[in-house]
Amino acid sequence: MATNQNSGGVRISVRGLRKSYGGHPVLKGLDFEVAPGEIFVVMGPSGSGKSVLLKHIIGLESPDEGEIFVNGDPVHGTQITDKYRMAMVFQSGALLNSLTVGENVGLYLSEHRLESEENIQRIVAEKLDLVGLSNLQHRTPSELSGGMKKRVALARALAVEPQLILYDEPTAELDPLSAITIGEEIYNLGQRIHVTSMVVTHDRDLAFGVADRIAIMFDGEILLVGSPEEIRQSTHPAIREFTTANFNLNKTSKAP
Amino acid sequence: MFQNVGEMILLFWRCLQALPLAWRQRRKVLEQLFEIGNASLLMACVLSLFIGGVLALQTGPVLVERGMSSVLGGIVGLSMCKELGPVMMSVLIAGRIGSAMAAEIGSMQVYQEIDALRTMNINPIHYLVLPRLLAISLALPLLVVFSILVGWTGGAAVSALNHDINVSFQSFFGNLREVVKPQDVLNGLAKSLGFALIIGVVGCHQGLSTIGGPRGIGRSVTKAVVNSIVLILIMDYVLTRLLMVFDL
Ligand SMILES: Nc1ncnc2c1ncn2[C@@H]1O[C@H](COP(=O)(O)OP(=O)(O)O)[C@@H](O)[C@H]1O
Ligand SMILES: [Mg+2]
Repeated sequence: MATNQNSGGVRISVRGLRKSYGGHPVLKGLDFEVAPGEIFVVMGPSGSGKSVLLKHIIGLESPDEGEIFVNGDPVHGTQITDKYRMAMVFQSGALLNSLTVGENVGLYLSEHRLESEENIQRIVAEKLDLVGLSNLQHRTPSELSGGMKKRVALARALAVEPQLILYDEPTAELDPLSAITIGEEIYNLGQRIHVTSMVVTHDRDLAFGVADRIAIMFDGEILLVGSPEEIRQSTHPAIREFTTANFNLNKTSKAP
Repeated sequence: MFQNVGEMILLFWRCLQALPLAWRQRRKVLEQLFEIGNASLLMACVLSLFIGGVLALQTGPVLVERGMSSVLGGIVGLSMCKELGPVMMSVLIAGRIGSAMAAEIGSMQVYQEIDALRTMNINPIHYLVLPRLLAISLALPLLVVFSILVGWTGGAAVSALNHDINVSFQSFFGNLREVVKPQDVLNGLAKSLGFALIIGVVGCHQGLSTIGGPRGIGRSVTKAVVNSIVLILIMDYVLTRLLMVFDL
């Protein structure tokens, strides 16, 4: 069980991380550190390996080479989730469809018997309020829209009171206003409980809005890590193209 | 199919190790039990009634011709409780419940619900597999008892009503009581417990190893049903032989 003396954000160190699937390299040697309490954004196009990276950090996948440490403890080979409280907000939400929204949010607390049934009810209501979904406890996930599912998933992660929280594309599929709410919540959470946050996204607005530091990832490699300002001023052509791309459609039809 | 036997044995072993946690999962066990009963009682009833009836219909006239109609109850009684009850019910449950286990757990795998459990430090084996395995191990033997009783009734009814057989209820059950010993019923129950474990482990294992998106779920379900039926029939022979060795 997660011990409370380990409160506050954790430090993440990634060393020489490599992973291939079926001979196809997806992560090609990643090295970086995330400081306790930092909001670290990994930005890159689809298919660059961002989700795979997050799964390695929380121990769902094991690396072919390299290691990941949480406060100096290796993630692989130990039961890291026993020692530190971590949470991941999955891209699709990954809510348990057989449970109600409220049961989903309270699942960590009820399965590990950390709180009384009454307290769990209270915490669930509080976390749902926080993501703007009051009084949805008794709905089932199948009754919710994609964006609502994602916010429930965020509430479920918050109920863990995590020391590390991983977000996989938290604003994808959200309308611009909900996206801003989520962005604010990510930022405020970092301020409020000094959780270490790692956000994976291709949403530039979110990245530049919440990040302490940004890593630019292309095709399984990190090209650059720096403050939002440093990223903006980068002269690397691929990075410039990605960070300044605009919605100017090429409207000349190529069809005959 | 057989390359997975090692993994399945491991899964079973993990569940045995988790048995002390079973009491905490009692609510889920009850839910599963209810679901199994709900999904299968009516079908089990119809199936057993007709199996018992057909058994009497096939053997009855032959025995009558040879003047041995007095042993009909024993024959139907024994076949029903040692072989047909356990095997028929297991095949039915493999199709009805084993498939549902593979589908439910498989879709949880595909939609990352199992990953989500793991990130919350909840062991999917304790949370998903253990309650299902316990529920089916309780439900199948109970269902087999039910099936045996219904099958006997079906056999007796056909024997009494069919003009070529004409063995009365009393003489049917009189002979059955003489021939079938409690230990024969226990024999059938022991087998059905073995079959229940096969269905549960195969179904959950297939579910957990689902890959390839929603289409993978369909593949897992098919494999779960086919593999468990094949394993049930193989184990039927093995268990029958073993029970003979131990004189049960
Ligand atoms: N379990 C897996 N098996 C095989 N290939 C995978 C697996 N997971 C991811 N990949 C591949 O790794 C690459 C990166 O995927 P992903 O991390 O999901 O990208 P993204 O940056 O969009 O999140 C993709 O080409 C994907 O096909
Ligand atoms: Mg992704």
